[in-house]
Amino acid sequence: MIRFDNVSKSYPGSQGGLHEVSLHIEPGEMIFLTGHSGAGKSTLLKLVGLLERPNRGQIRVNGHNLGRISRRRLPLFRRQVGMIFQDHRLLADRTVFDNVALPLVVAGVGRGETRRRVQAALDKVGLLHKAKALPETLSGGEQQRVGIARAVVSRPPVVLADEPTGNLDPELSVEIMELFRRFNQVGVTLLIATHDLALVERFGMRTLILKEGRLAGERR
Amino acid sequence: MKRRNGGRLRPPFRPRAWAARHLQVLISSLGRLWRRPLGNFMSILVIAIALALPTGLHLLVHNLERLAGGWQGAASATLFLRREISDDQVKRLLKQLREDPAVGLVRHLTPAQALDDFRRHSGMADAITLLETNPLPHVVMIRPADPHIAPARFKNLVERLRKRPEVERAIADLQWVERFQGMVDLVRRSALLLSALLSLAVLLVIGNTIRLEIQSRRDEIEIVKLVGGSQAFIRRPFLYEGFWYGLLGAILALVLLAVSLVALRVPVARLAHLYASDFTLKGPGFTVVLLLLAAGSALGVLGAWVAVRQQLRRIEPH
Repeated sequence: MIRFDNVSKSYPGSQGGLHEVSLHIEPGEMIFLTGHSGAGKSTLLKLVGLLERPNRGQIRVNGHNLGRISRRRLPLFRRQVGMIFQDHRLLADRTVFDNVALPLVVAGVGRGETRRRVQAALDKVGLLHKAKALPETLSGGEQQRVGIARAVVSRPPVVLADEPTGNLDPELSVEIMELFRRFNQVGVTLLIATHDLALVERFGMRTLILKEGRLAGERR
Repeated sequence: MKRRNGGRLRPPFRPRAWAARHLQVLISSLGRLWRRPLGNFMSILVIAIALALPTGLHLLVHNLERLAGGWQGAASATLFLRREISDDQVKRLLKQLREDPAVGLVRHLTPAQALDDFRRHSGMADAITLLETNPLPHVVMIRPADPHIAPARFKNLVERLRKRPEVERAIADLQWVERFQGMVDLVRRSALLLSALLSLAVLLVIGNTIRLEIQSRRDEIEIVKLVGGSQAFIRRPFLYEGFWYGLLGAILALVLLAVSLVALRVPVARLAHLYASDFTLKGPGFTVVLLLLAAGSALGVLGAWVAVRQQLRRIEPH
């Protein structure tokens, strides 16, 4: 589902980035990505979601060679990858419902179908009763769940999460991870970057460890 | 859960959904303008003034041409006949002139009548009675059959008459019509130039307004790009917003013109009355109205397009 072949990415004037990373993630896997801040976790996720392009190497996601995806085709690729951020990235002036509906709206899904799927996604994250609320009236954990609902509402085969539990207390973090596990059980490939090692151990999934931009190890 | 297969990155085209999306954006972008009524009204007013000025000049030219058309009806020429010709020759010439299809009115003044006229109007009656013989020739005044004849064609007609053996001199009373025409041409040319410049101004005003709008919605654009919004999807509301600015600007321009016309109606009627004319100002016709609305909308979309092209590329999620 996701394959990196000798991928390097450097930022001018900065230490971060990735060096010669090769990895392979099977369809339906749930993978943790750990490492200190600055180890390249975010960079790796950005490369998978085509928020950045590598300087060297080849990346394949869901059968697409990312180097061959033009600007024009980029949006269509993004619809196949759900992305979740630590800072949620919700639209402050739209309701929870409208935020979650956004990926369907941009894809031109019909009204009835959109309503059905948004409600299903909100139901899954337990926020159906907050559909009409504005994001800022929700707690941090709730906002994160709205972000998750948005990432999965269009049923993408791949979901990326960058520190999804970064601002949450341990109890809520476990809740969020349980949510991810349920998505994984229905076949979604998940790549979750986190520095919360306790959480990683608790769930015991395959874990990739990044160190200074290189793949330093792997645990199962 | 059903999964979409990877591999194909081509969107399906559904015409009805496409039309529905456009209609939805058309209305929502108008709604967005309402949210900042004062600032947007100012922009629209600037656009309206920029559109109203050249259109007003066009109306001025149009009305002046109508006025000139009326005056050209008064175009006339005076033929001075040779003094040595006989009365029979004069009669034959008059007959031929009356039969000439290009010539309308023919008025004949005998030397005696001419002298009488002169005596009455020149204030030199005493001097004239001292004359032993009448020095004045037969005079024939003619008008063209077609009152709206073009100055050049009228000149040709007068030239043709001048070449007749009975005619010594022919004077076309055209100079002032030509001068007037020249001035109208000048105003017309200025209107064209002003249209071009002010169109550019409208383009810049709308482009700048849309540019600010894009800046203020930067976060939103990033998020929409993040979830796979296409360039067209992101562009659309801004293009429609430009369309509304242009269209509303054009409508307001028409209102400004209508108000100006009403304000000018009375003084124009008074002036026309002084010249014993029933001339009235004519407003823009259906074609001009339609053209102005179309030009406004087109400039709006174009201005927005320029801004969108420059700006949207720079906004990428990170």
